[in-house]
Order: sequence, then C-alpha cells, then structure tokens
Amino acid sequence: MTLLPPDATPFSASEIAAIRADFPVLHQQVNGKALAYLDNAASAQHPRQVIDAEAEYYRHDHANIHRGVHTLSQRATDAFEAARHKLQHFLHARSHREVILTRGTTESINLVAQAYARPLLQPGDEILVSRLEHHANLVPWQIVAGQTGAVVRPIPITRRGEVDFEAFRTLLTPRTKILALSHVSNALGTINPVAQFIAEARARGIITCIDGAQAVPHLAVDVQALDCDFYAFSGHKLLGPTGTGVLWGRESLLEAMPPWMGGGDMILEVSFEGTTFNTLPHKFEAGTPNIAGFIGLGAAIDYVQGLGLARIAATEEELLRYATTRLEAIEGLSIIGTAPHKAAVISFIVEGIHPHDLGTILDQEGVAIRSGHHCAMPVMEFFDVPATARASFAFYNTRAEIDQLVGALHRARDLFT
Amino acid sequence: MDLKELYRDVILDHNKRPRNFGTLAVPPAHEARGANPLCGDTLRVWVQLDGDRVTDVKFEGKGCAISVASASLMTEAAIGQTRADVQAQFERIHTVFTHHDAPLDPALGKLAALAGVRDYPARVKCASLAWHTLNAALAAADTDSPLSNPPTIKTE
Repeated sequence: MTLLPPDATPFSASEIAAIRADFPVLHQQVNGKALAYLDNAASAQHPRQVIDAEAEYYRHDHANIHRGVHTLSQRATDAFEAARHKLQHFLHARSHREVILTRGTTESINLVAQAYARPLLQPGDEILVSRLEHHANLVPWQIVAGQTGAVVRPIPITRRGEVDFEAFRTLLTPRTKILALSHVSNALGTINPVAQFIAEARARGIITCIDGAQAVPHLAVDVQALDCDFYAFSGHKLLGPTGTGVLWGRESLLEAMPPWMGGGDMILEVSFEGTTFNTLPHKFEAGTPNIAGFIGLGAAIDYVQGLGLARIAATEEELLRYATTRLEAIEGLSIIGTAPHKAAVISFIVEGIHPHDLGTILDQEGVAIRSGHHCAMPVMEFFDVPATARASFAFYNTRAEIDQLVGALHRARDLFT
Repeated sequence: MDLKELYRDVILDHNKRPRNFGTLAVPPAHEARGANPLCGDTLRVWVQLDGDRVTDVKFEGKGCAISVASASLMTEAAIGQTRADVQAQFERIHTVFTHHDAPLDPALGKLAALAGVRDYPARVKCASLAWHTLNAALAAADTDSPLSNPPTIKTE
C-alpha cells in the first residue's frame, strides 16, 4: 500500500547533484567511461551517512550486544535496538517486538516457512504462490511443502506481468492456508495491489506473507494498513548494508510460533533438562547478529526519511517514464512487463542480441545493468525468454545516465547488425 | 578494451549463422547436455563416432553470441578429427580461456577468434560450455546404454 501524496515534487537538478555527492561510489569511471549504475534492483548504493555510521560504530562502540555490563556493550546494544525502533516506525508496526532482524529477505521468508508454516501444514493443504515471485519466495514454500505433504499452487500472471486477481480467487479453497506474494516484482517491476489480495485472503483466514524486498524504499510501507501477517525485506535494497534484513510479523502469530534456530540471544535459561526461550523479538534472533549492519540500516532509514519517501517515489516515477519512452523508441527492443503500476524497473530484450552480450557491451560503455533470469526463472519461462536485460533506477540516477544507456544500446545494435 | 576484440566478425557471423545447428539420432549418436545455471543458457551436443573418429557433431541451444559461436566453431573443429585430436584441441582452447598471457598456438586455427574472451572473465564460461558438453558426450560414448539419460554438465 502506498501512502504517498500523488503530487509530491521530484528532486530538482541541483537537489540531485547534492544527493549524488552523498554517494561516493557513483563518482568513478568504469572502462574509461563515467559509471551509470542502473542495477539498483539487485542492490542499491550507500550514502556516506550509512558508511560512516558503520565505521564510527567500529571505531568507538563495538562490543557484543545483550550480554555485557560494560560500557561498550551497552552502547552497542543501545545503537542496535535504536535501529530496530527506526525499522518499527518505518514499517508503521505496532510494536518493536514484531520486528525480527535477519540476514535478509531470504532468511525472513525461510523463517516463516519453517517456524510458522511447517508446524501448521497438513498433507493436502495448499500454499498459493504467484508466478511472479523470485526464487526466495518460492523455494522455501516448495521445501516446506515437501516436508509436510502440502502443495504449492501457482497463481497465474497476465501478459502485462500482473498477478491475475480473478484467477487467484478461483484458486482459493478450504485447503488454502498461505498466500505468498511480492509487493513489487524484481524481474518486471510490477507493483502488485497486495492490499486487495490480502483482504480476500484474510476474509477466508488465509495467512499472508508479503515479500517487500523490491518495495522498500520505493513505496512507503504500512504493515497495519496492509493488514498482512508477515512482511519481509532486505536492508541492502534500502541503501543499507548487505546481510541485514527484516521480518515483520503479527505479534500474536510470532508469539505462538516455536523458535527456528537455537543458540545465544534467543534463550533465557538453559540447562540440559530444558531451555526457556527468550521473548519477542529475540526468540528468533539466535547468535550474534550483524550489529554494525543494522546500525548502518538505521542510518539509511534516517537518510531516506530525511529526503522524503514521497519525493523519492516521484523522482523514480519520472525516471521510469523517461526511460520507458526512450527505450521504446529503439528499434528491435521490447519491454517485458508492461503493468500500468510499476516501480522503476525495466526488463527488456533486444532482437538478435542476447542479454549477456548486452550486459558486456553496456559495461564497456560504463553502464551497469543486470542480465539474466533475475532469480525468477518461472517468470522468464512464462514470457518464453531465457533471460532479459534489466535496467533499474534509484532516485540518485539522472536523465543523462538514461541517455548513456540508450547510446550504449545503439552501440550494441551497430555492433550486431 | 575494444569490443571488436571480443565480438570479432567470425564470432558475429557464427552467432548469426551457426554451423551444424540441429540434432542427431541417438543411437547411433551420443548426447550430452550443458547448462550455465547462472545465466540460464542451455546447450545440447550430439556426437557421432566411427571407431576413433568423430564423423559428425551437432548442437542446439539458447545462449549468448559467445556461447553460440563457440559451439559452432567447435563443431567445425571437431568433425573429421580423431578423439585424441579433439582432446588436444580442447586443451589448447582451455589454455586460451584460462591463461591471460598464453601465446596463441597456431594449431588453434579459427578457434583463435575466441581469444578475446579471456579479457572478460565473466564470459569465459559462456565460451567453454560447448567444449565441456562435447567432452561429456564423448565420455558418454564409452558408457552409454540405450536406456541411460544423457549426462548433464554445469559450469559454475
């Protein structure tokens, strides 16, 4: 669900210049050309505020958390827990106890599959998974289906790359227990109307697990308004460090779930006769976490909130529109995924040039894009392509970089024809 | 780096008009499948032997220009050769792909057109997939029973 005012103003050229000054990695040459980083859907870049927050923590405050009475441990614990509270407010969650810190979207979804779904599912129960999902929101469900005798059923998508709501409704049965759906498709950029799906599922008592990896920070996320049961995302797509992720879960569900991994931090008392598990959120956080990473992620949230999520979205929307128009004008180029509501992701193919050749040629022109199946092989199968090229934009990208992409694509066509 | 070093005319030509593209009947031919899981490229290679001599090679698959051209050039290089010759050629081309400064052996012939690949480490697997798959098909010739599935090799 996006809560953004539709009339937010995109950043001006001078604002973009100031923003770009915050991102050290953008200012370099690659293969003798200015870097145009257009692979933000794979991983976003980091502003110096995030890099500095991590470095400062290591310089001054590092110690293990939740286990020392000494000053550094207290500082580290405070900084780590402060990040959790930022994430709580960022997601509009009721309580910090609902914010489980993980290594990423993949771990978050596996946690739901193993700690929530596995004890629940009976042979013949059904898990609905859209055909749009990337592997992280499909494979964990296949694994738990194999463990329990449940069945994974694909929800069809349309030729435009949208999850088919009517087909979804016809798939609902009394055996349907879980709906796994991405908020935004990483392969195509489609923004799914997840609230509509969630409402339908909730009316029938079906638990919903939303993969938000590609939604943050491009949409404002309000888990209470969405009314889903679980929401997962990764820090590194939100300008934060890799190896950080979040699982938000409805407190009553998390409370009832058994722990997943055992170890330090998730326990209160341990003896060989038995173990008392810690309370939420620590029950699901075994072992020493990526402390510096979450402190960096907290700084990333401060950064995007300082810029304004609405203005970020407006800027990316404008980049998407400009890039779509420019790319459509290239002979032989087809855009895969043409839903009316899209994040700033364009998947495309060029007649006669394999996406990997495009990737290499564009790299020689300083343009970084992704080429491949985007960890969403069922999506590629649906559109009958082995792979696509994908350009994905962030608010720090410019029209000039899109022009550079277009120039490089013409270069590729000249070479191959 | 000049892109024309990678995408030489020979490569672009074999990509556009791959030679020996198609299938052979199994048996008497032997088949292996190759896959590059990272990029989703898939390849099937069939080889027909008369004693120790490779009498025909065909391939099918979807892939980038480098992988298609490499497979196409490979079929031309292998047909009519003894298995020992094919093995020697495999070792020569493997050296080209994996040793940045290795001098080009004149015995490579047209295969030397693939030498530009070694400046693009991310693309070496594209070029080597066909050769690994041919090797697997030749190995299958030693072990094939009519009921066995073709071996599948992967480049990671």
